[in-house]
Amino acid sequence: MLCDICKSNEASVFLTQIIDGKSQNVNLCDSCSKEYNVTDPTGFALADLLLGLGAGQEIQKGAAGSVCPICGFTQADFKKTGRLGCSACYDVFPEQLTSLLKAVHKGTHHTGKIPARQHQSLLHRDRLKSLQDDLDHAIHDEDYEKAATLRDQIRDLPKEGAHAV
Amino acid sequence: MNISGITGNPGEWVKGDGSNHQIVISSRIRLARNLREMPFPGWAKKAERIGILEQIKKVVDNLPEMKSALSEYLQDLSALDKQILVERHLISREHAAKSTGSAVVVNPAQTLSMMINEEDHLRMQSLRPGLQLRGAYKLLDRVDTTLESQLDFAWHPQLGYLTACPTNVGTGMRASAMVHLPALVLGEQINQVIQAVNKIGLAVRGLYGEGTEAMGNLFQVSNQTTLGEKEEEIIARLTKVIETIIQHEENARISLLDKKPGVLLDQIGRAYGILTNSWSMASKEALNLLSFIRLGTDLRFFPEESRLPVDELFMETQPAHLQKSASRKLSAEERDSLRAEIIRHKLKSLPAPDSVKAKQSPGPSGDKPAPNDE
Ligand SMILES: [Zn+2]
Ligand SMILES: [Zn+2]
Repeated sequence: MLCDICKSNEASVFLTQIIDGKSQNVNLCDSCSKEYNVTDPTGFALADLLLGLGAGQEIQKGAAGSVCPICGFTQADFKKTGRLGCSACYDVFPEQLTSLLKAVHKGTHHTGKIPARQHQSLLHRDRLKSLQDDLDHAIHDEDYEKAATLRDQIRDLPKEGAHAV
Repeated sequence: MNISGITGNPGEWVKGDGSNHQIVISSRIRLARNLREMPFPGWAKKAERIGILEQIKKVVDNLPEMKSALSEYLQDLSALDKQILVERHLISREHAAKSTGSAVVVNPAQTLSMMINEEDHLRMQSLRPGLQLRGAYKLLDRVDTTLESQLDFAWHPQLGYLTACPTNVGTGMRASAMVHLPALVLGEQINQVIQAVNKIGLAVRGLYGEGTEAMGNLFQVSNQTTLGEKEEEIIARLTKVIETIIQHEENARISLLDKKPGVLLDQIGRAYGILTNSWSMASKEALNLLSFIRLGTDLRFFPEESRLPVDELFMETQPAHLQKSASRKLSAEERDSLRAEIIRHKLKSLPAPDSVKAKQSPGPSGDKPAPNDE
Protein backbone atom coordinates (compact mmCIF):
# COMPACT_ATOMS: atom_id res chain seq x y z
CA MET A 1 0.00 0.00 0.00
CA LEU A 2 1.56 3.33 -1.06
CA CYS A 3 1.48 6.54 0.96
CA ASP A 4 -1.38 8.88 -0.04
CA ILE A 5 0.68 12.01 0.42
CA CYS A 6 4.02 11.37 -1.31
CA LYS A 7 2.74 8.42 -3.39
CA SER A 8 6.19 6.85 -3.33
CA ASN A 9 6.90 5.19 0.03
CA GLU A 10 5.16 2.14 1.47
CA ALA A 11 2.47 3.18 3.97
CA SER A 12 2.85 2.21 7.62
CA VAL A 13 0.18 4.36 9.26
CA PHE A 14 -3.43 3.69 8.39
CA LEU A 15 -6.14 6.13 9.32
CA THR A 16 -9.74 6.78 8.46
CA GLN A 17 -11.24 10.22 8.39
CA ILE A 18 -14.95 10.76 8.41
CA ILE A 19 -16.06 13.74 6.38
CA ASP A 20 -19.77 14.56 6.49
CA GLY A 21 -20.60 11.04 7.53
CA LYS A 22 -18.54 9.34 4.83
CA SER A 23 -15.39 7.56 5.81
CA GLN A 24 -12.26 7.91 3.76
CA ASN A 25 -9.02 5.99 4.28
CA VAL A 26 -5.71 7.77 4.58
CA ASN A 27 -2.54 5.71 4.42
CA LEU A 28 0.72 7.40 5.24
CA CYS A 29 4.36 6.45 5.00
CA ASP A 30 6.64 6.92 7.91
CA SER A 31 8.14 10.26 6.97
CA CYS A 32 4.79 11.79 5.98
CA SER A 33 3.16 10.55 9.18
CA LYS A 34 6.00 12.19 11.11
CA GLU A 35 5.52 15.42 9.21
CA TYR A 36 1.81 15.36 10.08
CA ASN A 37 2.71 14.25 13.56
CA VAL A 38 0.41 11.25 13.72
CA THR A 39 2.77 8.49 14.90
CA ASP A 40 1.65 8.57 18.53
CA PRO A 41 -1.83 7.03 18.86
CA THR A 42 -2.63 8.95 21.99
CA GLY A 43 -0.86 12.06 20.77
CA PHE A 44 -4.04 13.75 19.54
CA ALA A 45 -2.14 14.93 16.48
CA LEU A 46 -4.64 14.10 13.78
CA ALA A 47 -5.76 17.69 13.59
CA ASP A 48 -3.27 18.95 11.06
CA LEU A 49 -3.91 16.03 8.81
CA LEU A 50 -7.68 16.33 9.01
CA LEU A 51 -7.55 20.09 8.74
CA GLY A 52 -5.21 19.77 5.80
CA LEU A 53 -7.31 17.25 3.91
CA GLY A 54 -10.72 18.83 3.70
CA ALA A 55 -12.08 20.12 6.94
CA GLY A 56 -9.79 23.14 6.89
CA GLN A 57 -11.80 24.90 4.25
CA GLU A 58 -14.76 25.01 6.60
CA ILE A 59 -12.91 27.45 8.80
CA GLN A 60 -12.49 29.93 6.01
CA LYS A 61 -16.22 30.13 5.31
CA GLY A 62 -17.00 32.05 8.49
CA ALA A 63 -16.90 35.83 8.73
CA ALA A 64 -13.43 37.16 9.46
CA GLY A 65 -12.83 39.55 12.30
CA SER A 66 -14.22 37.66 15.31
CA VAL A 67 -11.94 38.02 18.32
CA CYS A 68 -12.15 36.03 21.57
CA PRO A 69 -12.91 38.52 24.36
CA ILE A 70 -11.06 36.37 26.90
CA CYS A 71 -7.78 35.56 25.16
CA GLY A 72 -7.67 37.78 22.05
CA PHE A 73 -7.48 34.86 19.64
CA THR A 74 -8.71 35.58 16.10
CA GLN A 75 -10.06 33.52 13.26
CA ALA A 76 -6.82 34.11 11.36
CA ASP A 77 -4.91 32.56 14.27
CA PHE A 78 -7.13 29.50 14.11
CA LYS A 79 -6.61 29.16 10.38
CA LYS A 80 -2.88 29.35 10.88
CA THR A 81 -2.52 26.88 13.78
CA GLY A 82 -5.59 24.63 13.72
CA ARG A 83 -5.73 25.16 17.50
CA LEU A 84 -7.84 27.51 19.61
CA GLY A 85 -6.66 30.12 22.11
CA CYS A 86 -8.74 29.20 25.16
CA SER A 87 -11.93 27.37 26.11
CA ALA A 88 -14.02 30.52 25.57
CA CYS A 89 -12.98 30.57 21.90
CA TYR A 90 -15.47 27.74 21.31
CA ASP A 91 -18.29 30.26 21.78
CA VAL A 92 -16.65 32.89 19.57
CA PHE A 93 -16.49 30.88 16.33
CA PRO A 94 -19.48 28.54 16.71
CA GLU A 95 -20.60 28.08 13.08
CA GLN A 96 -17.17 27.31 11.70
CA LEU A 97 -16.47 24.91 14.55
CA THR A 98 -19.78 23.11 14.19
CA SER A 99 -19.10 22.13 10.59
CA LEU A 100 -15.54 21.17 11.45
CA LEU A 101 -16.69 19.01 14.37
CA LYS A 102 -19.34 17.41 12.21
CA ALA A 103 -16.65 16.54 9.70
CA VAL A 104 -14.20 14.89 12.08
CA HIS A 105 -16.32 13.32 14.83
CA LYS A 106 -18.95 10.65 15.22
CA GLY A 107 -21.54 13.05 16.60
CA THR A 108 -21.98 16.72 17.47
CA HIS A 109 -23.08 16.28 21.09
CA HIS A 110 -21.07 15.10 24.06
CA THR A 111 -22.70 12.11 25.77
CA GLY A 112 -19.84 11.13 28.10
CA LYS A 113 -18.59 12.21 31.51
CA ILE A 114 -20.08 15.24 33.24
CA PRO A 115 -17.91 16.85 35.94
CA ALA A 116 -19.61 16.81 39.35
CA ARG A 117 -19.84 20.58 39.61
CA GLN A 118 -21.44 20.78 36.15
CA HIS A 119 -23.75 17.94 37.04
CA GLN A 120 -25.19 19.96 39.90
CA SER A 121 -25.86 23.01 37.80
CA LEU A 122 -27.37 20.89 35.01
CA LEU A 123 -29.66 19.17 37.53
CA HIS A 124 -30.59 22.57 38.88
CA ARG A 125 -31.43 23.80 35.40
CA ASP A 126 -33.58 20.73 34.66
CA ARG A 127 -35.41 21.02 38.00
CA LEU A 128 -36.05 24.73 37.51
CA LYS A 129 -37.37 24.15 34.00
CA SER A 130 -39.76 21.41 35.07
CA LEU A 131 -41.09 23.50 37.99
CA GLN A 132 -41.62 26.45 35.66
CA ASP A 133 -43.49 24.27 33.15
CA ASP A 134 -45.73 23.01 35.98
CA LEU A 135 -46.30 26.58 37.12
CA ASP A 136 -47.30 27.66 33.61
CA HIS A 137 -49.78 24.79 33.47
CA ALA A 138 -51.20 25.59 36.89
CA ILE A 139 -51.74 29.24 35.93
CA HIS A 140 -53.28 28.21 32.63
CA ASP A 141 -55.64 25.85 34.50
CA GLU A 142 -56.34 28.63 37.06
CA ASP A 143 -55.20 26.31 39.87
CA TYR A 144 -53.83 29.16 42.00
CA GLU A 145 -53.28 27.08 45.10
CA LYS A 146 -50.95 24.77 43.18
CA ALA A 147 -49.31 27.77 41.51
CA ALA A 148 -48.52 29.31 44.88
CA THR A 149 -46.88 26.07 46.08
CA LEU A 150 -44.82 25.83 42.88
CA ARG A 151 -43.72 29.47 43.19
CA ASP A 152 -42.49 28.72 46.74
CA GLN A 153 -40.60 25.68 45.48
CA ILE A 154 -38.90 27.73 42.78
CA ARG A 155 -37.99 30.41 45.33
CA ASP A 156 -36.53 27.79 47.66
CA LEU A 157 -34.37 26.07 45.02
CA PRO A 158 -30.67 26.40 45.93
CA LYS A 159 -29.11 29.16 43.84
CA GLU A 160 -27.04 27.97 40.88
CA GLY A 161 -23.33 28.15 41.56
CA ALA A 162 -23.91 28.17 45.32
CA HIS A 163 -22.33 24.72 45.74
CA ALA A 164 -18.79 24.41 46.99
CA VAL A 165 -16.00 24.92 44.45
CA MET B 1 11.66 9.84 43.47
CA ASN B 2 14.27 11.08 40.99
CA ILE B 3 14.77 10.33 37.33
CA SER B 4 17.25 7.50 37.91
CA GLY B 5 14.56 5.73 39.92
CA ILE B 6 12.55 5.63 36.70
CA THR B 7 15.34 4.91 34.23
CA GLY B 8 16.81 2.17 36.43
CA ASN B 9 13.63 0.06 36.42
CA PRO B 10 11.35 -1.13 33.68
CA GLY B 11 7.74 -0.06 34.24
CA GLU B 12 5.41 -2.45 35.99
CA TRP B 13 3.49 -2.82 32.76
CA VAL B 14 6.51 -4.52 31.13
CA LYS B 15 6.62 -7.25 33.77
CA GLY B 16 2.90 -7.56 34.33
CA ASP B 17 0.66 -10.17 32.84
CA GLY B 18 -2.66 -8.63 31.97
CA SER B 19 -5.25 -10.62 30.08
CA ASN B 20 -4.21 -11.71 26.59
CA HIS B 21 -0.71 -10.40 27.27
CA GLN B 22 0.84 -12.75 24.72
CA ILE B 23 -0.66 -10.78 21.84
CA VAL B 24 -1.63 -7.50 23.48
CA ILE B 25 1.51 -5.94 24.96
CA SER B 26 -0.08 -2.95 26.66
CA SER B 27 -3.20 -0.81 26.96
CA ARG B 28 -3.16 2.97 27.30
CA ILE B 29 -5.77 5.63 28.03
CA ARG B 30 -5.04 9.35 27.76
CA LEU B 31 -7.35 12.17 28.85
CA ALA B 32 -6.98 15.86 27.93
CA ARG B 33 -8.17 18.57 30.34
CA ASN B 34 -7.88 22.37 30.39
CA LEU B 35 -8.57 25.12 32.90
CA ARG B 36 -11.63 27.23 32.09
CA GLU B 37 -10.95 30.48 30.21
CA MET B 38 -7.20 30.24 30.62
CA PRO B 39 -5.11 30.47 27.44
CA PHE B 40 -4.06 27.04 26.10
CA PRO B 41 -0.29 26.33 26.38
CA GLY B 42 0.37 27.12 22.71
CA TRP B 43 -1.26 30.56 23.02
CA ALA B 44 -0.35 31.50 26.62
CA LYS B 45 2.48 33.91 27.38
CA LYS B 46 5.38 32.48 29.35
CA ALA B 47 4.27 34.00 32.67
CA GLU B 48 0.71 32.73 32.17
CA ARG B 49 2.02 29.29 31.30
CA ILE B 50 4.13 29.16 34.46
CA GLY B 51 1.14 30.31 36.56
CA ILE B 52 -1.07 27.56 35.11
CA LEU B 53 1.70 24.98 35.59
CA GLU B 54 2.10 25.84 39.28
CA GLN B 55 -1.65 25.73 39.86
CA ILE B 56 -1.99 22.26 38.29
CA LYS B 57 1.27 20.76 39.55
CA LYS B 58 0.40 21.52 43.17
CA VAL B 59 -2.85 19.55 42.85
CA VAL B 60 -1.30 16.68 40.87
CA ASP B 61 1.60 16.32 43.34
CA ASN B 62 -0.94 15.90 46.15
CA LEU B 63 -2.84 13.05 44.51
CA PRO B 64 -2.69 9.89 46.64
CA GLU B 65 -1.84 8.00 43.40
CA MET B 66 1.24 10.21 42.99
CA LYS B 67 2.84 9.42 46.35
CA SER B 68 6.67 9.32 45.95
CA ALA B 69 6.26 10.19 42.26
CA LEU B 70 8.84 11.58 39.89
CA SER B 71 7.81 15.22 39.52
CA GLU B 72 10.07 17.36 37.34
CA TYR B 73 10.05 20.62 35.43
CA LEU B 74 11.08 19.86 31.88
CA GLN B 75 13.95 22.35 31.92
CA ASP B 76 15.50 20.30 34.73
CA LEU B 77 15.66 17.07 32.71
CA SER B 78 18.47 16.22 30.28
CA ALA B 79 17.65 15.50 26.63
CA LEU B 80 18.59 11.85 27.23
CA ASP B 81 16.29 11.49 30.25
CA LYS B 82 13.41 13.00 28.28
CA GLN B 83 14.11 10.55 25.45
CA ILE B 84 13.99 7.63 27.87
CA LEU B 85 10.57 8.82 29.07
CA VAL B 86 9.49 8.90 25.40
CA GLU B 87 10.78 5.36 24.78
CA ARG B 88 8.87 4.23 27.87
CA HIS B 89 5.71 5.88 26.43
CA LEU B 90 5.47 8.04 29.56
CA ILE B 91 5.59 11.35 27.68
CA SER B 92 5.03 12.31 24.03
CA ARG B 93 7.74 13.43 21.62
CA GLU B 94 6.06 16.84 21.58
CA HIS B 95 6.28 17.09 25.36
CA ALA B 96 9.96 16.09 25.35
CA ALA B 97 10.61 19.14 23.17
CA LYS B 98 9.17 21.49 25.86
CA SER B 99 11.17 23.33 28.48
CA THR B 100 10.28 26.12 30.96
CA GLY B 101 6.57 26.21 31.73
CA SER B 102 5.97 22.47 31.39
CA ALA B 103 6.34 19.52 33.76
CA VAL B 104 5.98 15.75 34.00
CA VAL B 105 4.76 13.67 36.94
CA VAL B 106 5.11 9.84 36.89
CA ASN B 107 4.11 7.40 39.64
CA PRO B 108 6.81 4.95 40.85
CA ALA B 109 5.20 1.95 39.10
CA GLN B 110 5.23 3.96 35.83
CA THR B 111 1.58 3.15 35.23
CA LEU B 112 0.29 6.72 35.58
CA SER B 113 1.82 9.82 34.03
CA MET B 114 0.82 13.47 33.76
CA MET B 115 2.06 15.94 31.19
CA ILE B 116 1.41 19.51 32.30
CA ASN B 117 1.30 22.10 29.50
CA GLU B 118 1.75 19.82 26.54
CA GLU B 119 -0.77 20.90 23.88
CA ASP B 120 -3.44 21.01 26.60
CA HIS B 121 -2.99 22.18 30.18
CA LEU B 122 -3.12 18.61 31.43
CA ARG B 123 -2.83 15.28 29.70
CA MET B 124 -2.96 12.29 31.98
CA GLN B 125 -2.24 8.75 30.98
CA SER B 126 -2.73 5.32 32.46
CA LEU B 127 -0.72 2.37 31.13
CA ARG B 128 -1.44 -1.33 31.78
CA PRO B 129 0.02 -4.63 30.58
CA GLY B 130 -2.15 -6.77 28.30
CA LEU B 131 -5.67 -5.89 27.27
CA GLN B 132 -6.97 -3.80 30.16
CA LEU B 133 -8.50 -0.69 28.65
CA ARG B 134 -11.39 -0.73 31.11
CA GLY B 135 -9.10 -1.01 34.12
CA ALA B 136 -6.85 1.73 32.77
CA TYR B 137 -9.85 4.03 32.28
CA LYS B 138 -11.27 3.28 35.71
CA LEU B 139 -8.08 4.46 37.41
CA LEU B 140 -7.85 7.57 35.25
CA ASP B 141 -11.53 8.41 35.76
CA ARG B 142 -11.02 8.28 39.52
CA VAL B 143 -7.92 10.50 39.32
CA ASP B 144 -9.79 12.93 37.05
CA THR B 145 -12.69 13.11 39.52
CA THR B 146 -10.29 13.97 42.34
CA LEU B 147 -8.61 16.63 40.20
CA GLU B 148 -11.84 18.26 39.06
CA SER B 149 -12.88 18.89 42.66
CA GLN B 150 -9.88 21.21 42.94
CA LEU B 151 -9.40 22.48 39.38
CA ASP B 152 -12.07 24.18 37.27
CA PHE B 153 -11.87 22.18 34.04
CA ALA B 154 -13.33 23.69 30.89
CA TRP B 155 -16.51 21.79 30.04
CA HIS B 156 -19.39 22.67 27.72
CA PRO B 157 -22.90 21.13 27.89
CA GLN B 158 -22.90 20.36 24.15
CA LEU B 159 -19.19 19.85 23.41
CA GLY B 160 -18.00 18.24 26.64
CA TYR B 161 -14.37 18.78 27.63
CA LEU B 162 -12.87 21.66 25.64
CA THR B 163 -9.39 21.15 24.20
CA ALA B 164 -6.83 23.21 22.30
CA CYS B 165 -7.54 21.21 19.16
CA PRO B 166 -11.16 20.66 18.09
CA THR B 167 -10.38 17.06 17.11
CA ASN B 168 -10.14 16.16 20.83
CA VAL B 169 -13.29 17.78 22.30
CA GLY B 170 -15.98 15.69 23.94
CA THR B 171 -14.44 12.96 26.05
CA GLY B 172 -10.91 14.27 25.41
CA MET B 173 -9.99 10.58 25.48
CA ARG B 174 -7.62 8.47 23.39
CA ALA B 175 -7.58 4.76 24.08
CA SER B 176 -4.99 2.51 22.44
CA ALA B 177 -3.54 -0.97 22.63
CA MET B 178 -0.21 -2.24 21.34
CA VAL B 179 -0.60 -5.61 19.64
CA HIS B 180 2.01 -8.11 18.40
CA LEU B 181 0.84 -9.71 15.13
CA PRO B 182 3.72 -11.72 13.61
CA ALA B 183 1.54 -14.50 12.17
CA LEU B 184 -0.82 -12.09 10.41
CA VAL B 185 2.25 -10.38 8.90
CA LEU B 186 3.89 -13.69 7.90
CA GLY B 187 0.60 -14.96 6.49
CA GLU B 188 0.15 -11.68 4.55
CA GLN B 189 -3.27 -11.10 6.07
CA ILE B 190 -2.31 -7.94 7.92
CA ASN B 191 -3.51 -5.48 5.27
CA GLN B 192 -6.98 -7.01 5.30
CA VAL B 193 -7.15 -6.69 9.05
CA ILE B 194 -5.96 -3.09 8.95
CA GLN B 195 -8.53 -2.16 6.34
CA ALA B 196 -11.34 -3.79 8.30
CA VAL B 197 -10.33 -1.91 11.45
CA ASN B 198 -10.10 1.37 9.51
CA LYS B 199 -13.60 0.90 8.15
CA ILE B 200 -15.10 1.17 11.61
CA GLY B 201 -13.34 4.42 12.43
CA LEU B 202 -10.34 3.16 14.37
CA ALA B 203 -6.71 3.92 13.54
CA VAL B 204 -3.83 1.45 13.16
CA ARG B 205 -0.22 2.52 13.38
CA GLY B 206 3.07 0.68 13.13
CA LEU B 207 5.30 1.03 16.17
CA TYR B 208 7.87 3.85 16.37
CA GLY B 209 7.76 4.06 12.61
CA GLU B 210 11.41 4.53 11.84
CA GLY B 211 11.29 2.30 8.79
CA THR B 212 8.78 2.02 6.03
CA GLU B 213 6.99 -0.97 7.53
CA ALA B 214 5.73 -1.68 11.01
CA MET B 215 8.75 -2.71 13.08
CA GLY B 216 8.80 -5.79 15.22
CA ASN B 217 5.32 -6.75 13.91
CA LEU B 218 3.97 -4.33 16.51
CA PHE B 219 0.87 -2.25 15.81
CA GLN B 220 -1.13 0.26 17.80
CA VAL B 221 -4.90 0.35 17.51
CA SER B 222 -6.73 3.44 18.78
CA ASN B 223 -9.96 5.46 18.57
CA GLN B 224 -10.00 8.40 16.18
CA THR B 225 -13.02 10.35 17.35
CA THR B 226 -13.82 11.79 20.77
CA LEU B 227 -17.23 13.49 20.38
CA GLY B 228 -20.61 11.75 20.17
CA GLU B 229 -19.83 8.57 22.12
CA LYS B 230 -19.47 7.86 25.83
CA GLU B 231 -16.04 6.89 27.20
CA GLU B 232 -17.33 3.39 28.00
CA GLU B 233 -18.75 3.01 24.48
CA ILE B 234 -15.43 3.92 22.87
CA ILE B 235 -13.60 1.48 25.14
CA ALA B 236 -16.12 -1.33 24.58
CA ARG B 237 -15.91 -0.89 20.80
CA LEU B 238 -12.11 -0.84 20.82
CA THR B 239 -11.90 -3.84 23.17
CA LYS B 240 -14.22 -5.86 20.95
CA VAL B 241 -12.17 -5.07 17.86
CA ILE B 242 -8.93 -6.00 19.62
CA GLU B 243 -10.44 -9.30 20.78
CA THR B 244 -11.32 -10.03 17.17
CA ILE B 245 -7.76 -9.17 16.08
CA ILE B 246 -6.43 -11.56 18.77
CA GLN B 247 -8.57 -14.35 17.35
CA HIS B 248 -7.36 -13.66 13.83
CA GLU B 249 -3.74 -13.71 15.01
CA GLU B 250 -4.32 -16.99 16.89
CA ASN B 251 -6.00 -18.55 13.89
CA ALA B 252 -3.10 -17.41 11.71
CA ARG B 253 -0.66 -19.04 14.17
CA ILE B 254 -2.55 -22.32 14.12
CA SER B 255 -2.70 -22.25 10.36
CA LEU B 256 1.07 -21.54 10.07
CA LEU B 257 1.89 -24.39 12.47
CA ASP B 258 -0.39 -26.63 10.51
CA LYS B 259 0.42 -25.72 6.91
CA LYS B 260 3.87 -24.11 6.97
CA PRO B 261 5.70 -25.41 10.04
CA GLY B 262 8.99 -25.34 8.09
CA VAL B 263 8.70 -21.64 7.25
CA LEU B 264 7.84 -20.84 10.85
CA LEU B 265 10.67 -22.88 12.35
CA ASP B 266 13.10 -21.39 9.83
CA GLN B 267 12.13 -17.80 10.76
CA ILE B 268 12.38 -18.49 14.49
CA GLY B 269 15.61 -20.48 14.13
CA ARG B 270 17.27 -17.76 12.03
CA ALA B 271 16.17 -15.08 14.50
CA TYR B 272 17.74 -17.15 17.29
CA GLY B 273 20.94 -17.70 15.33
CA ILE B 274 21.42 -14.06 14.39
CA LEU B 275 20.49 -12.57 17.77
CA THR B 276 22.83 -14.88 19.68
CA ASN B 277 25.79 -14.48 17.29
CA SER B 278 25.82 -10.85 16.13
CA TRP B 279 28.38 -8.21 16.96
CA SER B 280 26.52 -5.28 15.43
CA MET B 281 22.80 -4.78 15.13
CA ALA B 282 20.56 -1.87 14.12
CA SER B 283 17.46 -1.15 16.17
CA LYS B 284 15.04 -2.14 13.43
CA GLU B 285 16.70 -5.50 12.82
CA ALA B 286 16.72 -6.19 16.56
CA LEU B 287 12.99 -5.47 16.89
CA ASN B 288 12.10 -7.64 13.91
CA LEU B 289 14.17 -10.59 15.15
CA LEU B 290 13.04 -10.25 18.78
CA SER B 291 9.49 -10.40 17.47
CA PHE B 292 10.14 -13.96 16.25
CA ILE B 293 11.65 -14.99 19.58
CA ARG B 294 8.54 -13.64 21.27
CA LEU B 295 6.37 -15.61 18.84
CA GLY B 296 8.54 -18.69 19.48
CA THR B 297 7.94 -18.31 23.22
CA ASP B 298 4.16 -18.03 22.68
CA LEU B 299 4.35 -21.24 20.59
CA ARG B 300 6.56 -22.97 23.21
CA PHE B 301 9.62 -23.33 21.01
CA PHE B 302 11.32 -21.57 23.95
CA PRO B 303 10.69 -21.98 27.69
CA GLU B 304 8.26 -19.54 29.31
CA GLU B 305 11.13 -18.06 31.41
CA SER B 306 12.52 -16.40 28.29
CA ARG B 307 9.46 -14.13 27.96
CA LEU B 308 10.55 -11.45 30.42
CA PRO B 309 14.16 -11.03 29.15
CA VAL B 310 12.89 -10.83 25.57
CA ASP B 311 10.26 -8.21 26.49
CA GLU B 312 12.89 -6.23 28.37
CA LEU B 313 15.13 -6.27 25.30
CA PHE B 314 12.39 -4.55 23.25
CA MET B 315 12.86 -1.60 25.61
CA GLU B 316 16.57 -1.82 26.45
CA THR B 317 17.76 -1.88 22.84
CA GLN B 318 16.18 1.48 21.99
CA PRO B 319 18.67 4.32 21.40
CA ALA B 320 18.21 6.40 24.58
CA HIS B 321 18.14 3.33 26.81
CA LEU B 322 21.42 2.16 25.24
CA GLN B 323 23.10 5.51 25.78
CA LYS B 324 21.91 5.58 29.36
CA SER B 325 23.40 2.14 30.02
CA ALA B 326 26.70 3.26 28.47
CA SER B 327 26.52 6.52 30.49
CA ARG B 328 27.75 8.51 27.52
CA LYS B 329 26.75 9.64 24.07
CA LEU B 330 27.33 6.91 21.50
CA SER B 331 27.82 7.06 17.77
CA ALA B 332 25.45 5.00 15.64
CA GLU B 333 28.17 2.35 15.17
CA GLU B 334 28.87 2.15 18.88
CA ARG B 335 25.15 1.86 19.57
CA ASP B 336 24.79 -1.06 17.14
CA SER B 337 27.69 -2.90 18.68
CA LEU B 338 26.50 -2.28 22.26
CA ARG B 339 22.99 -3.39 21.25
CA ALA B 340 24.35 -6.69 19.86
CA GLU B 341 26.38 -7.20 23.03
CA ILE B 342 23.40 -6.64 25.35
CA ILE B 343 21.26 -9.02 23.32
CA ARG B 344 23.94 -11.75 23.23
CA HIS B 345 24.44 -11.42 26.94
CA LYS B 346 20.75 -11.49 27.81
CA LEU B 347 19.97 -14.44 25.52
CA LYS B 348 23.04 -16.44 26.60
CA SER B 349 20.96 -18.93 28.56
CA LEU B 350 18.20 -19.17 25.94
CA PRO B 351 18.26 -22.73 24.50
CA ALA B 352 17.91 -23.30 20.75
CA PRO B 353 14.28 -23.53 19.59
CA ASP B 354 12.75 -26.93 20.36
CA SER B 355 10.26 -27.90 17.69
CA VAL B 356 9.38 -31.24 19.32
CA LYS B 357 8.13 -29.59 22.50
CA ALA B 358 6.15 -27.07 20.49
CA LYS B 359 4.34 -29.78 18.55
CA GLN B 360 3.31 -31.55 21.74
CA SER B 361 1.63 -28.49 23.18
CA PRO B 362 -2.12 -28.22 22.65
CA GLY B 363 -2.41 -24.77 21.15
CA PRO B 364 -0.39 -21.69 20.32
CA SER B 365 -1.09 -19.94 23.62
CA GLY B 366 -2.21 -20.53 27.15
CA ASP B 367 -4.81 -17.84 27.54
CA LYS B 368 -6.67 -17.90 24.29
CA PRO B 369 -10.37 -17.10 24.19
CA ALA B 370 -12.87 -19.57 22.71
CA PRO B 371 -11.99 -20.40 19.12
CA ASN B 372 -13.61 -18.33 16.42
CA ASP B 373 -16.30 -20.11 14.44
CA GLU B 374 -15.93 -18.49 11.07
ZN1 LIG C 1 4.69 9.60 2.15
ZN1 LIG D 1 -10.19 32.44 23.64
